[in-house]
Amino acid sequence: MELTLWTYEGPPHVGAMRIATSMEGVHYVLHAPQGDTYADLLFTMIERRGLRPPVTYTTFQARDLGGDTAELVQRSIRQAVERFQPEALLVGESCTAELIQDQPGALAGGMNLGVPMVNLELPAYSKKENWGAAETFYQLVRTLLKAQLPAPGTPKPSPSRWRDEGRRPRVNLLGPSLLGFRCRDDVLEITRLLAEHGIDVAVVAPLGSRPADLERIPTADANVCLYPEVAGPVCSWLERSFGTPVVRTVPIGIGATAAFLRELHGVLDLALPADLQSLEGQPSEAERRSRLPWYSRSVDSTYLTGKRVFIFADATHAIAAARIASKELGFQVVGLGSYSREQAREVRAAAAELGLEALITDDYLVVEKAMGEAAAELVLGTQMERHSAKRLGLPCAVISAPLHVQDVPARYSPQMGWEGANVIFDSWVHPLMMGLEEHLIGMFRHDFEFVDGHRSHLGDGAPAAAGTGEPEAAGTAAAGPAADPVPAPGTTTAADAVREALESLWTADGEAELAKIPFFVRGKVRKNTEAFARERGLARIDAEALYDAKAHFSR
Amino acid sequence: MGVSAPPIQPSPPDILKESGQREVFCGLTSIVWLHRRMPDAFFLVVGSRTCAHLIQSAAGVMIFAEPRFGTAILGERDLAGLADANEELDRLVKDLLERRPEIRTLFLVGSCPSEVIKLDLAKAAERLNTQLLGRVRVLNYSGSGIETTFTQGEDNALLAMLPLLPSSDEEQLLIVGTLADAVEDRFRLIFERLGITTVRSLPPRRSTDLPPVGKGTRVLLAQPFLSATARALQHRGATLLSAPYPFGVEGSRDWMAAAATAFGVPTERFNAVLDPLVERGRRALEPHRQVLAGKRLFLLPDSQMEIPLARFLSRECGMELVEVGTPYLDRQLMAADLALLPPATQLSEGQDVDLQLERVRAARPDLVLCGLGLANPLEAEGIATKWSIELVFSPIHGCDQAGELAELFARPLRRRALLQLS
Repeated sequence: MELTLWTYEGPPHVGAMRIATSMEGVHYVLHAPQGDTYADLLFTMIERRGLRPPVTYTTFQARDLGGDTAELVQRSIRQAVERFQPEALLVGESCTAELIQDQPGALAGGMNLGVPMVNLELPAYSKKENWGAAETFYQLVRTLLKAQLPAPGTPKPSPSRWRDEGRRPRVNLLGPSLLGFRCRDDVLEITRLLAEHGIDVAVVAPLGSRPADLERIPTADANVCLYPEVAGPVCSWLERSFGTPVVRTVPIGIGATAAFLRELHGVLDLALPADLQSLEGQPSEAERRSRLPWYSRSVDSTYLTGKRVFIFADATHAIAAARIASKELGFQVVGLGSYSREQAREVRAAAAELGLEALITDDYLVVEKAMGEAAAELVLGTQMERHSAKRLGLPCAVISAPLHVQDVPARYSPQMGWEGANVIFDSWVHPLMMGLEEHLIGMFRHDFEFVDGHRSHLGDGAPAAAGTGEPEAAGTAAAGPAADPVPAPGTTTAADAVREALESLWTADGEAELAKIPFFVRGKVRKNTEAFARERGLARIDAEALYDAKAHFSR
Repeated sequence: MGVSAPPIQPSPPDILKESGQREVFCGLTSIVWLHRRMPDAFFLVVGSRTCAHLIQSAAGVMIFAEPRFGTAILGERDLAGLADANEELDRLVKDLLERRPEIRTLFLVGSCPSEVIKLDLAKAAERLNTQLLGRVRVLNYSGSGIETTFTQGEDNALLAMLPLLPSSDEEQLLIVGTLADAVEDRFRLIFERLGITTVRSLPPRRSTDLPPVGKGTRVLLAQPFLSATARALQHRGATLLSAPYPFGVEGSRDWMAAAATAFGVPTERFNAVLDPLVERGRRALEPHRQVLAGKRLFLLPDSQMEIPLARFLSRECGMELVEVGTPYLDRQLMAADLALLPPATQLSEGQDVDLQLERVRAARPDLVLCGLGLANPLEAEGIATKWSIELVFSPIHGCDQAGELAELFARPLRRRALLQLS
């Protein structure tokens, strides 16, 4: 038993839903109790999807447990196949159904459904979301490619066969899925990048693909494992069974994108363009295509030097971030970790290179503690770290799932490739600049312009004048009204007098009522109520007047 | 208008009963508002990773760095042996309470997996109570999806608190159901003006500040999903007042009228206090009524508040009801609201979501009340929606909030009228 307040990953069946929902023509029948349908909102709200996830839940209740839940499973499968006419069917169970052992997959197997069916066995009490996604993708591809499996002993296809066949080389992009971080834009960016190097994309999966597309996977010369969390197992299986080579460098950041292109050219036996060869003094493709290298060298970036950065994310994004932060932005990485236990080895290796010990955990409180102890100046993390960072008053950029609706931006904002590097420069450096503003606010907070309710974008957790050299400003702040700065001469105006007159109208119960209104609208309610009181010539503003005004302005 | 509550009419005719796929939350979701109501209580779900994921997804954003709820996630070892699971739970509770010494009441909340493996949380609570001896009270209830839908979790939580309520035959009005603190304060003030001075609440603001119950207790339900609690209070001698729920001006007035009648408040005094509130509430309502009047509304089953809301939206906002869905129908608790629905209103109980969505598409209503999983898909089909979950988090009770409540429904329509995107 393990105490969890917030989790980085959902249960494994949510991973399976990510695969089903990313694809078209796939339906997932999930044996699960009432309530498990909450998972739909991950897709309809966070991703703003305009379609319901293609999932039929059996939503059994206690009263069904006395009867025949197996019959309920079969009925749900039959109705789902009739209604949605899927090209492939996934059948599985959530944590509770696993306990009642109806074995929905086996039941479906005996039903003669006439569609390819994958029996998903995802152990809910030992595995998690990303594992579930990877396993589902692997099982689905395996099922659909069963008929095409080469006989044992068949020689591996040559990765340069494209030349013999008189066509351009082509690769698959494997791993992008819904609820992954910026997958939609990464696919577009990498597809463009490949096109510029004369390489076609055969299949992108699971995102946007159909079962028939998965059947075309073996037609590619190589597989690009874009997101190892989801595509790692399937890429390894394709390599073993079909002999298809795998490109494993994840092209996030300048160095990694160049390394990715070099690896890809090598695998496909393509001649390496001059600007991808690391030749001293020659302009590289990276310089030509991305602004990050110049922005990072430009003079105003000197203030980024040695900034202490704490990184915690899924393995792919954490490792990439560590490399970019240390090598491409000149930060100092003071903490590196991940919740992806499956890729812990790779994260540990990346941390060791930086002289750190990787933090592998799924307890966000441990992460928050480490963040504080590392005395970080910038946090790169998931939306959990965004909240922890806010509490600690630290600037933060989100670089990985789990995500919030605001991490699915309307604009094009990939992480991968040359444009991805531009996006990363902006989205990591801006919070730091906001952090600088924070210092300025700290320095100038005794100026009269700042005393009038200035609110930090970091909220109440913002550090008070930290590191600015301001002498002990924090000490006086707590001393109460006596320590209030003396207003500068000449600042008392007629407007102030009116303000004071209005403020004196408030009765104790009026103020008390006002205090109950959330702070972010309280100012507006106060103003409205005072305007109302002035208009009506009220002698006092009590709770009744407040509600009268509320009714008056209700529209 | 007199003080008396409206006469109860025979129940409406046809109810469509469906039992297919349900698109509703389970009772664990109610922890999201219960933990805010009682800041000295902690809700520990004993369940799976799915439970933890559900609560954090339903809570929407992770507002609190360290919330007053959590999940004890069962692992394979716990499933293998219940003895181990109990030891593990004791260890985990001890750790938790060491970290959160301010907690006074700990709710162990049962889930689907804990119920299926028959982990006896009542016994666990008893054991922990002995161990903790007076420092923290440990209670247990079920919020599982196999036993409860969405708001029923609160019903079970309150039911679990009932045995701790002291007995007293003192005359009092007991408001049952979570209200926003500001709304509750308003109600108390208005009851005071009516001369009803002893007003208490369940759940209380402090988990240890439990109201007494007995023959002098008159129960006014603030929420329509508290069937088991209402019945248990009656067994303790309390009288259940029948009234519409306090949504909208009319509902709120009738709700207060039920209390006024029970406490013998003179009609003149009642009218003197309520008439200005009613008049002001109607004024606040008016701009929204203009948006909503004549519009067709389809309510999908979710929070159990659908019937009283339908009553408010049809009678006070002039909306036309296409279908009023409810997860389950408690005729006694809904009697007053059902009686006020327009005759021949189509009610449905339970759900078969695919069939119900087909009816939505066929009817093309102007507005659909539904859960978060369905809202964007319906919007994408061109059908305006209102999220039902907002209604359990927003202060919507009472005459003073009638305008806000109507505004929640008018906003999607007003927004559609504002947007010019082509």
